[in-house]
Amino acid sequence: MTSKPAVSGTYVFDIADNRQGYAINKLCSTLTTPASRASFLADEADYCDRFDMKPLQRTALLERDWRLLLDLGGSIFYVYKLAMVDKLSMQDLGGVFTGMTTEDFAAAMRAGGRRCG
Amino acid sequence: MAEVIWGLATSHVPSIGAAMDNHRTQVPYWKPLFDGYQQARDWMAEHTPDVIVLVYNDHANAIGLDLVPTFALATAASFPVADEGWGPRPVPTVYGHPGLAQHLVESLVDDAFDITVAHQLAVDHGFTVPLSVYDPDPGDTWPCPVIPLLVNVIQYPQPTAARCYDLGKALGRAIRAYPDDLKVAVFGTGGMSHQLAGERAGLINPVFDAMFMSKIQCDPQALASLSRETYITEAGSEGIEMIMWLVMRGAMDEDITRISDAYHVPASNTAAALALFENKASGR
Repeated sequence: MTSKPAVSGTYVFDIADNRQGYAINKLCSTLTTPASRASFLADEADYCDRFDMKPLQRTALLERDWRLLLDLGGSIFYVYKLAMVDKLSMQDLGGVFTGMTTEDFAAAMRAGGRRCG
Repeated sequence: MAEVIWGLATSHVPSIGAAMDNHRTQVPYWKPLFDGYQQARDWMAEHTPDVIVLVYNDHANAIGLDLVPTFALATAASFPVADEGWGPRPVPTVYGHPGLAQHLVESLVDDAFDITVAHQLAVDHGFTVPLSVYDPDPGDTWPCPVIPLLVNVIQYPQPTAARCYDLGKALGRAIRAYPDDLKVAVFGTGGMSHQLAGERAGLINPVFDAMFMSKIQCDPQALASLSRETYITEAGSEGIEMIMWLVMRGAMDEDITRISDAYHVPASNTAAALALFENKASGR
């Protein structure tokens, strides 16, 4: 049982997500030094092997399946560090999450943001 | 005795810091936001505090998911600027105020807030962007020492809005009980409405934001009574950061004066706001 609110179209990262996504988030948390970023980019699969990831989590990370990473317990603040290694912006991810191009997502923000219900 | 002289509420969107770091504040995308800051910046420059207590949340930098303190206060003499994935921001190292920080911890614990103590803390955009909103050109050093006060807003259950407001009240009592004559400013940061992930990514709710901007001055109790579900539903999964404004508000007097405010959409994926309050009754 959890008291966590269920809000449609919204991830509310909680303790169970932390448990499930620990390896994803732990890997992403290491991408905060130039040396670790270089090490990751030099051999991503080997880098993943240092963490106790489930096969689906590992595939999602290597294939940059951003939605699946969050579905499998990734926190946006950790997963974003992986996106930054790829030189992606939060607008790029916003496009992925909403099924829009980056340009359309950024335009929607410039127009005042999205009204969601 | 120490006193709270003013409070600043401000968004801490990383791209606001990046716009300053990359000298892009006058480009069409950013100019309206920074124009909105000017009146508050001019006033704050005339009212430099002796110490700032800055309420913020870490974003997967100093605080990992191994340990998630609901509230934490940092007592070190200095705080390095974090590398969040693209290198540290080019802003000065932050100096703390260990004497006041230790007093605040002792007072808060005696006041039934069993706060976590941080002795080492690299500060991320949640902390440095509000300082840059306050002072865009600090040179080699920030105008005064700054004490970080951290709130968990990224892992459910976050503290309730009511608990944040009560923490602010306890913080205010603790500051006023400090024997040295220090002028203290309190920053509440984060918000406004925004959601980074999921199908509702890009959510902005200007109606909720306007309500919050008004009531943070005149009816903070109403904001403190809102549930986490209301904040997440109305302001987005990251918009719940706005509960940190209530810590600032609680540290101030019941009757305060609005010096300046500003609201702008967008700062990347976020509605950005600033509200500056002097800690004295209006209409004197």
